Amino acid sequence: MRSDTFFRLLLFLSGVFLLILLSAIFITLCLSSLPSLRSFGLFFVIGRSWNPISKKFGACPFLIGTFLTSTAALLISLPFSLSISILLGEYLNNRFFSAVFKSVIELLAGIPSVIYGFWGLFVLVPIVRWVELKIHAAPYGVGLLAASLVLSIMIIPYSAFLSIEILKLVPPEIKEAAYSLGATRYEVVKFVALPYSYSGIFGGVLLAFGRALGETMAVTMVIGNSDFLPKSFLSPGNTIASVIANEFTEAAGRLHLSSLIELGLILFVLTAVTNILGDFVVKRMSFQGS
Amino acid sequence: MGTSNWIRLAKDRFFFAAIIFFASLTILPLLFILFYILKNGLTVINWGFLTSLPKPAGEPGGGISNAIVGTALLVLTASAFSIPLGVLIGIYLSENQDSLTARAVRISNRILQGVPSIVAGIVAYLWIVKPSGAFSVFSGGAALGFLMIPIIVQSTEETLKLVPNTLKEASLALGASYTSTILKVIVPTGLSGIVTGILLGVSRVIGETAPLLFTAFGNPFMSYRLFKPANALPLLIFNYALSPYHSWQNLAWGASVFLIFLVMSLNLISKFLVAKWKVQS
Repeated sequence: MRSDTFFRLLLFLSGVFLLILLSAIFITLCLSSLPSLRSFGLFFVIGRSWNPISKKFGACPFLIGTFLTSTAALLISLPFSLSISILLGEYLNNRFFSAVFKSVIELLAGIPSVIYGFWGLFVLVPIVRWVELKIHAAPYGVGLLAASLVLSIMIIPYSAFLSIEILKLVPPEIKEAAYSLGATRYEVVKFVALPYSYSGIFGGVLLAFGRALGETMAVTMVIGNSDFLPKSFLSPGNTIASVIANEFTEAAGRLHLSSLIELGLILFVLTAVTNILGDFVVKRMSFQGS
Repeated sequence: MGTSNWIRLAKDRFFFAAIIFFASLTILPLLFILFYILKNGLTVINWGFLTSLPKPAGEPGGGISNAIVGTALLVLTASAFSIPLGVLIGIYLSENQDSLTARAVRISNRILQGVPSIVAGIVAYLWIVKPSGAFSVFSGGAALGFLMIPIIVQSTEETLKLVPNTLKEASLALGASYTSTILKVIVPTGLSGIVTGILLGVSRVIGETAPLLFTAFGNPFMSYRLFKPANALPLLIFNYALSPYHSWQNLAWGASVFLIFLVMSLNLISKFLVAKWKVQS
C-alpha cells in the first residue's frame, strides 16, 4: 500500500502547507515593516502626522478613521439587520416571502465593494453634500459620514444572515412554553428569543465589525482621502485600508512603503483577533443551543 | 386585567409594525441601489461594448473586452492553484477531525478567511511583483487565490463530513485502497458541495479590486500574457468611476452591470447545484 502512504502524506502536507502559508504571510508582513518599526516604534500608532516628504509616519488619523467608520457603520446597520432577522426568523412563516427576502439579501451581499463605492460616489455623496449645505457645514460630501453610510449598507446583508442563523438556535420548546403561557409574539421575542441570543448576536456583531475593518474599495472612493486627523465626523479622512489602497503604488521611498506595510500588518492582526473572538462567542452560543 | 391585556396587544402590534418598517426601510433602498446601477448600465451594454477596447478619454463608445479577458485570466490563474490545494486541504480536514495539526489548520483557515483582501494584495506584491520587478496577471491571480483557498477548504470539509461513514467502510471492506476510496467514492459523493464551494470562491474574488491595485495593476490595452499587467473588470470600474469623463463613467456603469450579472449567475448555478445534488446523509 505504498500509494496509500503517499496519498496520506500528500493530504497531510497540504494541510501543513496552509499553516506555512499563514505563517509566511505574517512573517513577510513583519519583516517588511521592520524599517518603519525601527524608526518609529510605538510612535507609529500614536503619531498624528503622516508626511511622506518629511518622512514622518504616524498612523493615528487612520486608526481613528477606521475605528470611527466601522463602529458608526455597525451602529447604523444594527436596527436594520436585527429587524430583518427577527422578521424572517419569527414572523414570516410564509415560505415564498422569506425566500424572496433572502434572495434579495443574498443578491446585495454579492455586489462587489467597488460598485457600492461607485454608487456611493454618484448618489450618496451628493445627498450628504446637500445636507451639509443645509446645516452650514463645509460641503465636502465625501468624508467619514459618507464612508460609514456606505459601509453600513454593505454589512447589513452579512449581519442579517448571521443573526438569522443565531435566532434559529433558540430551542423551539422554550418559545412554545412562553406562547402557551399566553405571551404575545413581542413578548416572546423580547423576553425569550433575544435574551437567549444576546451573546451570539454580539459574536455576529464582532464578525461584522471585522468585515467592516478590512473593507477597502467602497470606503476609499467616498472617504475623501485626507491624511490629517479628522476634525469632525463630517470631514474627509482615511482608514487603514483606504490609505494603503491610495498610496501603495506611489509610495515615495522605502520608509513610506514599509509604513504602509506596517499598516497592513496592523489590519491583519486586528481582523484576525476580531474574527477569532467573534467565532468563539458564536460557537459557545451554538454549543449551548444544541 | 382587561386594560393590561389591551396594552400588551397594542405593544405587540406596534412592535410588528416597527419590524416591518425597518425591514422594508432596508430592502427598499437596497433594491433602489440595484435599479440605479441597472438603469445606468444596461443602456451601455451591447455587442460592441463587450468586444471592443476602451476608447481614449473623452471619446464616446468603446468597450471593455480587455477587462473581460483580464478577469478571465486572473480567475483561471487563481483557480489553477487554489482549487487543487483547497480540495486537498478540505479532504485532509474531514479525514482528520481531531488531530492537533488538523485543529491548527482549521484555525489558520478561519484566520485566512478573514484576511482583508488588500492585505492579500500586499503579500502578492512582496512575494511576486517585487522580486520579478513587474506588475503581472500572475501576481494578481496569486492574490485572488489566497482569498479563494479558505472558501474552498471550508465547503469541501463541510460537504465531505456529511458523507456517511458506512459508504467509506463498505468501500474499504470490498478491498478498495484508502486512496481509491477517497478519490472514487467519497469525493464523487460530495462533488456538488465541492463545486459549489469553488463557484462561491470565484464569485467572491471576481469582484475584488483591492488586491489587484498593485498586482495586476490595470492596462488600457488587450493583453493575454501571464507576466504582464492586465486590466480587470473591477479595476476598470474603479479607474473609470473616478475619472472626470462621462464616456468613461458610462463604461464603468456598463462594466458594473456585467460584473453583477457574472456574480449573480455564479451564485444561481451554485444554488441550483446544491438543490440538485445534495449529499444524502
